[in-house]
Amino acid sequence: MQCRVKLFARARDLTGADEVSVALPDAATVADLRRALASAYPALAGLLKRSALAVNNEFADETLKVPPAAEVALLPPVSGG
Amino acid sequence: MIRLTHDPIDYSALTEQVRRPHCGGVVLFLGTVRDLTGDRVTVALDYEAYPALAEKKMAETEADTRARWPVGEMAMVHRLGRLDIGEVSVAVAVSCPHRAEAFEACRYAIDRLKELVPIWKKENWADGSTDWVHPGSPS
Repeated sequence: MQCRVKLFARARDLTGADEVSVALPDAATVADLRRALASAYPALAGLLKRSALAVNNEFADETLKVPPAAEVALLPPVSGG
Repeated sequence: MIRLTHDPIDYSALTEQVRRPHCGGVVLFLGTVRDLTGDRVTVALDYEAYPALAEKKMAETEADTRARWPVGEMAMVHRLGRLDIGEVSVAVAVSCPHRAEAFEACRYAIDRLKELVPIWKKENWADGSTDWVHPGSPS
């Protein structure tokens, strides 16, 4: 399946896109998604290691299976306030 | 009450909004745009959010705060977009029956917001360069 991932802040600047898409096998986990993103977008690899991933509007554990057509977002370390 | 907004935060109105007859303590925290980080000069900050999750995490922070302290009313508002030096980026107002719990609840709420809520700031430095702020080791 194709998984679309929303990007924010420096992650968006590093790729020049506010959304990217990666191919994932069915039943892929968040950890698989992380590896696929780092492979397809090497510029993201460093920041990705310290970023969270959100799936369907909640922070996701690495073992979570990414549902088809999920809303996925890459969340670099936050700095609000 | 939680809110993300692109408009200036009316923190006086926000403070009035949380006052309650049985609450003898009201604490307001304001985060404002600072002009210096170490020896680097900032001219403006840009804030952006992942709005759906940011609002959800702010609402959870409010619920957690209410579960721990006898909050009469509370309000958390975060500003987004371009902010100049001195402008208010975040406001947290909390009322409780007594001052100690109002201080503690407000401190907890702003600390949780800064730790959890997906909002990011970009420094616009005086030399024209910019940096997204992502705490932790650089990448």
